[in-house]
Amino acid sequence: MKGKAPKSTKTTPVLTKKDIDHLARLASLPLTAKQSDELTEQVGVTVHYVSQLQALPTEGVTETSQVTGLENVFREDEIDPARMLTQAEALSNAKRTYNGFFIVDRVLEEK
Amino acid sequence: MLLDLSIQTLAQKLRGKEISSADLIRESYAQIDRFDKKVNSVITLVDQEEVIEKAKNVRFTSPLSGIPFVMKDAYLTKGVRTTAASKILDDFIPPYSATVYRRLEEAGAILIGKLNMDAWGHGASTENTDYDPTKNPWDMTRSAGGSGGGPAAAIASRFCSFGIGEDTGGSIRNPAAWNNISAMKVTYGRVSRYGAIAYASSLDTMGPTAKLVEDCAYVLEVIAGHDPYDATSSSHPVSSYVKELRQSIRGKRLAFPTEFYGDALDGEIKEAIAKAREEFVSLGAIVEEVSLPLLEHGVSVYYILAPSETSSNLSRYDGIRYGNGRDLFTRETKRRIMTGTYALSSGYYDAYYKKAQKARSLFIDQYAKLLSRYDALLAPVTPIMPPKFGQLLDDPVKNMMADLYTVPVNIIGLPSLALPCGFGKDGLPIGMQLVGRMFSEGELFALGHAYQESTDWHRKQPVMLER
Repeated sequence: MKGKAPKSTKTTPVLTKKDIDHLARLASLPLTAKQSDELTEQVGVTVHYVSQLQALPTEGVTETSQVTGLENVFREDEIDPARMLTQAEALSNAKRTYNGFFIVDRVLEEK
Repeated sequence: MLLDLSIQTLAQKLRGKEISSADLIRESYAQIDRFDKKVNSVITLVDQEEVIEKAKNVRFTSPLSGIPFVMKDAYLTKGVRTTAASKILDDFIPPYSATVYRRLEEAGAILIGKLNMDAWGHGASTENTDYDPTKNPWDMTRSAGGSGGGPAAAIASRFCSFGIGEDTGGSIRNPAAWNNISAMKVTYGRVSRYGAIAYASSLDTMGPTAKLVEDCAYVLEVIAGHDPYDATSSSHPVSSYVKELRQSIRGKRLAFPTEFYGDALDGEIKEAIAKAREEFVSLGAIVEEVSLPLLEHGVSVYYILAPSETSSNLSRYDGIRYGNGRDLFTRETKRRIMTGTYALSSGYYDAYYKKAQKARSLFIDQYAKLLSRYDALLAPVTPIMPPKFGQLLDDPVKNMMADLYTVPVNIIGLPSLALPCGFGKDGLPIGMQLVGRMFSEGELFALGHAYQESTDWHRKQPVMLER
């Protein structure tokens, strides 16, 4: 294997700036115009590189999502006081609080 | 100096009152004071007086009691700032502790610092940090590796006795190789992930790193085991690694996968590992060449799965309950979040994420077949020698290729022991890895320990320490 990305071909997806801006919205990532340009190129290169995997035949293969071999790990639905934070601890790292609550930005807009 | 000694020797001296824990702590802080302005391995240093107070009151309940250690800054440590090397968590003080930290505290080990890394584990050079890169103590113009470059450089610089790292795609093994130290990437689920800041949840593993293989065995014995707080942690019994360490390796079967020794591999590394192979033969092991043709797909599988999982894990950093805003993610981290979001997005999920999960099954099968006939694989850790600063950062493909030999192990969940096996002509360290079956850490320790008993690469120190 060579340490270089394969040359772009027409059959591989190339990301546009519009794609990147859409992904940034999905990922809730604020990007400057410059960052958006850079990422269009760099994410495109990465995606192009990993697309080499399409060459690997995987017909009839089952997916693996985890490797523990464990299934259905349950516990009693009980409160474990050793794991509980006090309200003060839970709020201790918040930048904005009010009367023991976290302050969040409004997500709904008035018409 | 005391910090050159093994954990076993230090534990004996502490119990025999030849030395005190406070002596060790003072030596640690003096070393840090002397060298870390240059090396830059520490993000947060615990207050020395506070630590010495702890050392004075330590009870000797385990071989780690009274011994100073560091953690990659990816573990929650109650009351001690934890940043994941990102400005997003610049002022984050955890209200609870990771299980690994709790177990070490209970064993009497003494935390002295939280160390540098690539932010969120995203990198192989500790350049993707918001706290300036860690320099390689063997050559300050080069990277200490990553993502756990901080702990590795600190151990090489004798700032502490051991460190706790984390390995998602090579993050404990790569810096071990580039700093001439040892490290165990454990079987997935062997050590609890509770309270460790998640990079990619199905790949993340928590492990020990130290000067010696033997030291890693002592540490793993303390941190391994089932944890009710981590449903993916395993109930598989924990061996006495310290006992298994001393087993004979005569007749052990090692596989030498030829694909790992292709064009991508640096010539000096190839040569060093060929010598290590001879050493294993002279120690009574059987080494045979084998084929692992899937290797070339490992980087693609990893760079679909890991960014996908990280895009999900990092969505929690919204600056509401803790931390600062998402605009503070670095360029590398944004790249990974965006790649993962793409691989998981509607219309591309099957072609990328699902495809990679199928490939993951093929990797598991191929390695399982091989490891049914061999006790371990012998492979290089990295294809390249420690790079100069800037060589990896901002080149997505080079950055990914640095992980070529380390990522397959994470995809499958296998344990892998990294240890020193030589030096290049410029005096830069070279590492190898021994990859074993699930939960075969004890056997890997035995192989690594036998090698270290008959070689002295691991005893060599950076020139900086001799002055």
